[in-house]
Amino acid sequence: MATDTRPSNPVTSDISRNHADANIGMSTRSVHAGELRQKSEGAISTPMYCASTFTFESTDSLLRFVEGEEEREEYGRYGNPNERSVERKLAAIEGAEMGIVYSSGMAAIVGLLMSKLSSGDEIIFFDQCYHRSREFCSKHLARFGVTTHQVTTGDFDAMAAAINDRTKMLVSESPTNPHLTCIDLEKFVDVGKSHGVETLIDATLATPYNLRPVEYGVDYVLHSATKYLGGHNDLLAGVICGTTESLQSVRNLRGILGSVNSPHNLYLLERGLKTFELRMQRHNENGMRIAEFLHSHPRVDRVYYPGLASHPSHSIAAAQMRGFGGLITFTVRDADWKQTSRVVDATRIARIAPSLGGVETLIEQPLVMSYYHCTPEDRKRFGIEDNMIRLACGIENTDDLIADLDQALSQ
Amino acid sequence: MTDRDYSFRTRAVHVGNEVDPATGAVIPPLHFASTFRQPGAGVWGQYDYSRSGNPTRTALQNTLASLEGACGSLAFSTGMAAIHCVTMLLSPGDQILAASDIYGGAYRLFHKICGSAGIGVTLVDFTKPDVVAAAILPNTKLLWGETIGNPQMSIVDLPAIAKIARDANVLFGVDNTFGTPALLRPLEHGVDIVMHSATKYLGGHSDCLGGTLAVSNPELRDKLYYIQNATGAVLDPMSCFLLSRGLKTLDIRVRAQSETAMRLAKWLCDQPRVSRVLYPGLVDHPGHAIASRLMGDHFGSMITFELLADKAGTAAVCQSTKLFCLAVSLGAVESLIEQPATMSHASYAAHDRERFGITDGLIRISVGLESFEDLRDDLAAAMDATA
Repeated sequence: MATDTRPSNPVTSDISRNHADANIGMSTRSVHAGELRQKSEGAISTPMYCASTFTFESTDSLLRFVEGEEEREEYGRYGNPNERSVERKLAAIEGAEMGIVYSSGMAAIVGLLMSKLSSGDEIIFFDQCYHRSREFCSKHLARFGVTTHQVTTGDFDAMAAAINDRTKMLVSESPTNPHLTCIDLEKFVDVGKSHGVETLIDATLATPYNLRPVEYGVDYVLHSATKYLGGHNDLLAGVICGTTESLQSVRNLRGILGSVNSPHNLYLLERGLKTFELRMQRHNENGMRIAEFLHSHPRVDRVYYPGLASHPSHSIAAAQMRGFGGLITFTVRDADWKQTSRVVDATRIARIAPSLGGVETLIEQPLVMSYYHCTPEDRKRFGIEDNMIRLACGIENTDDLIADLDQALSQ
Repeated sequence: MTDRDYSFRTRAVHVGNEVDPATGAVIPPLHFASTFRQPGAGVWGQYDYSRSGNPTRTALQNTLASLEGACGSLAFSTGMAAIHCVTMLLSPGDQILAASDIYGGAYRLFHKICGSAGIGVTLVDFTKPDVVAAAILPNTKLLWGETIGNPQMSIVDLPAIAKIARDANVLFGVDNTFGTPALLRPLEHGVDIVMHSATKYLGGHSDCLGGTLAVSNPELRDKLYYIQNATGAVLDPMSCFLLSRGLKTLDIRVRAQSETAMRLAKWLCDQPRVSRVLYPGLVDHPGHAIASRLMGDHFGSMITFELLADKAGTAAVCQSTKLFCLAVSLGAVESLIEQPATMSHASYAAHDRERFGITDGLIRISVGLESFEDLRDDLAAAMDATA
């Protein structure tokens, strides 16, 4: 597979080579890293390469490529200059050697698991996880002979006990959705390393601004880039970060399966990343202040936000995370599901929609949005309460958002 | 969402970004249609032909009008197209009274294009309201300035000039590209027309061209719209979308860039090879007091400084930076550096460059979103390497 040997930005290519270098500012990386220093026509921003295929000037040139003497583009499914640029930027932001982007977060986890698992293998999940990830493993990987085990989130003894010689991967989110449980990454990695099993963290809710799983030795970091990385609620994408060696087979399989992005999408993702640090600072500020507001509101019963001392994961979060993100889950005091819906419907700024991490604030009631067709027993098992609301804070003015929630809760 | 209810940053995200009623899409769809089906022959719908109006352009214009505190705004293909539209309000024999350190492109438009249409132009120092008042002639129809002049970073006392314009019954338009509506809203200070090169901070990512006008008088809005529709320099839907996307982070970008610029300006003051630093945030800048009154405690990301070097020595520094990219334009996430004498102000006649202080040793930087430390180190290395 071709890798770009053209000079990237001299300042920021250093980041890729020495990803532990903490001296380069996050925002400097997100603006410059991964891009070519001198782009086509001298353009300041990466041009959009809408080409589906790439031409060879002669048979000799083609031979140089197939014999591996020249690294370059070939066909859009195997790679594209826009993809290369944004993958290098994402890797630099994550502090990883390599990033691979996919057409969605689900395509990314599917791409990784399909590449790493074979019939007879087993994986272990912590049980608080995105319901579609769980569904893919338990319903679809099962058809290919892969067994999925679930253990209680954060129970490392149970996780270790579930490992056998067929176990290939340990999987968790941190923070989890919608309970915002944070995983002790040192312990998580320790369980994996002591048993020789690879680890995967879905850090979508944390982002590399708030959490650095690679620095703890996590093997694979997954993001739904649709969320904070894209950041504008206007694209779908996913990314897997890890070492070049471990991801080569994953990249090869993506070239076959084809879950790649269009150049338009890749361009929007690259553009969104330029303001990544700024947006995250605002998401963190809004998240923290609004969580505190909700915590002290008489109509709110319980607030799940890892920045609050009352959250069960607070000490882990405080030790591992720089900020706590924009996602808050809370329950409305003494409300049934309909009364809870009325609070959702009464907000004027927040919009009712799934997803999170964009500049616009979104709100949803998990019971209705994602768990409506579950049995009450399953909802109870997943910790989804009737009076639960999930709020994904955008970057709007904090006082405006608080005033809006206050009036919605007062109706 | 009405303007009085919400603050700037909230409006920047939500006004003009209404949920699509057809699908519920949280981002309105992009309308590339050049034409629109009409309800009947001779019966016109809201949109008929994209030059006259396009939903994606309307969304952008609504956002911008809200941010400027305007009754309406218009989006053009470039900032120059927007200024040209304003000059088309004038007739042969009329005169434009413009500030002496306006953008080179505006200087060229006024002298070469308006000049051949029989419209005169006189340049005066807009930082001196008395001089402006004294220069108004019976045929003066337009005062044109920049809220932050370029490259001197001169600051115009908008309320004072607005009063002079009102008393003389002359239109007052300003280019607020350097100020941005996040920091400065000229319509609140009595200005009639506020113009932006949206290519700069509003888009903010160095990836689209655009220009805008905003006004608070509906009659003036209608006149400008008539000219825009008749002459056709409208902004395309893709650029409108990128601009709308950029506006959502305008406030956080401009504030972060201004904070870094303030620290760089102070650092530059202490550098042995730098003879002077022009930044309105510095207390010794002649426009500092007015800038503080109009803009608060953020002053934008444009800094001009003078190097103790000749033309070639100055060019050498501009060519030696690694993070600062040698390019004209400004206001974006990437930091840029340029030499006004050979680049942004090359359109000025040589005697006017000298007269308005555009010396060979001037360097203009546009501070992006990179960290202060990285930018400082880059400038220091460039100055050291060429000393």
